[in-house]
Amino acid sequence: MIEQILTEVSRWAIPFLFVLFLVVGWCRRIPVYEAFIQGAAEGFQIAVRIIPYLVAMFVAIKIFRVSGAMDIFARICAPVLGLVGAPTEVLPLAVMRPLSGSSALGLATELIYSHGPDTFIGRLASVMQGTTDTTFFVLTVYFGSVGIKRYRHAVPLGLMADLTGLFASLFICHLLF
Amino acid sequence: MLNLIWLFLILTGIGVAAYNGRIDLVTETFFSGANEGVKVCLDLIGLMTLWLGMLEIAKQAGLVRVLARLLRPLTVLLFPGVPPNHPALGAIIMNISANILGLGNAATPFGLKAMEELQKLNPHQETATDAMCTFLAANTSCITLVPATIVGVRVAAGSANPTEIVGPTLFATGFTMIVTLFADFCWRNFFRARRRRGRK
Repeated sequence: MIEQILTEVSRWAIPFLFVLFLVVGWCRRIPVYEAFIQGAAEGFQIAVRIIPYLVAMFVAIKIFRVSGAMDIFARICAPVLGLVGAPTEVLPLAVMRPLSGSSALGLATELIYSHGPDTFIGRLASVMQGTTDTTFFVLTVYFGSVGIKRYRHAVPLGLMADLTGLFASLFICHLLF
Repeated sequence: MLNLIWLFLILTGIGVAAYNGRIDLVTETFFSGANEGVKVCLDLIGLMTLWLGMLEIAKQAGLVRVLARLLRPLTVLLFPGVPPNHPALGAIIMNISANILGLGNAATPFGLKAMEELQKLNPHQETATDAMCTFLAANTSCITLVPATIVGVRVAAGSANPTEIVGPTLFATGFTMIVTLFADFCWRNFFRARRRRGRK
């Protein structure tokens, strides 16, 4: 029931926001069309500025995955993560998640289909996918867009967030399923 | 640190490809990877333009200011370096809200806008400020109320209860966000304390 409400919330959120912005803007006598154009004008520059960072990240991550290096890396990490109760099947997902959103979603989808969505691995993969974020994508693109070169403690914090997310997903899945 | 990670990804990738006798993969992957990076950017151009246009309407209508005022107790605690009425806070709040609702394609435009505003407050243009680190920590560890994409995958895979992972995801992301923001808070204050001591 609550979960259905949440799904509906996500379906309605964007249309609701658009109506809210436009109606409130109109009521406040804002020239909505001109305001839109004025804000939208910046969109192109910001998007184009991140191309070098996107290309650098995509090339590195893709060669790491396609060459099979990621599988080897996941196998090396396996004994460590096995200690905390992570099944070996989800390891590539855990390694890939901070690097690339679309590859991770592909891996999670593959796990959910091959093991079944209602198995332990299927559920764990679902929770992991929702919990951790594509830290490297966010870091490089966000910092890149404004030309920051020294990331300071943002990198260790992001990695820590991913590890905490992984452990929290394992904990809650072992507890509930 | 990012230099090392980037180097590690590329060199191990090339090394493993060579070891497996698939060195031809390298050239192919480099070109297709570069193309994919640009394609993501092309998708983003439309989204950025749309959302920044909508954000400008919301800003002129005073909606962003109202939201920022409501959340001021929280933002003052997390972003002590940002003036309470600064436009960066509006963009940060919109980015976090979009993340919570699982609206990934709305989150990135607001996030990039927030970085641009935060950069205006930055005295050293090439070094990240505390506020930027806190924002990215909050962004990457953000609570997810609606993991819409993965629920969709589970429906497609024929799950008997596709939304049963919503609760666990909420717990795991909530826990992660609290731990990460706490770590950031400690880090910020630890470094400030150390820097002050260094000056004496």
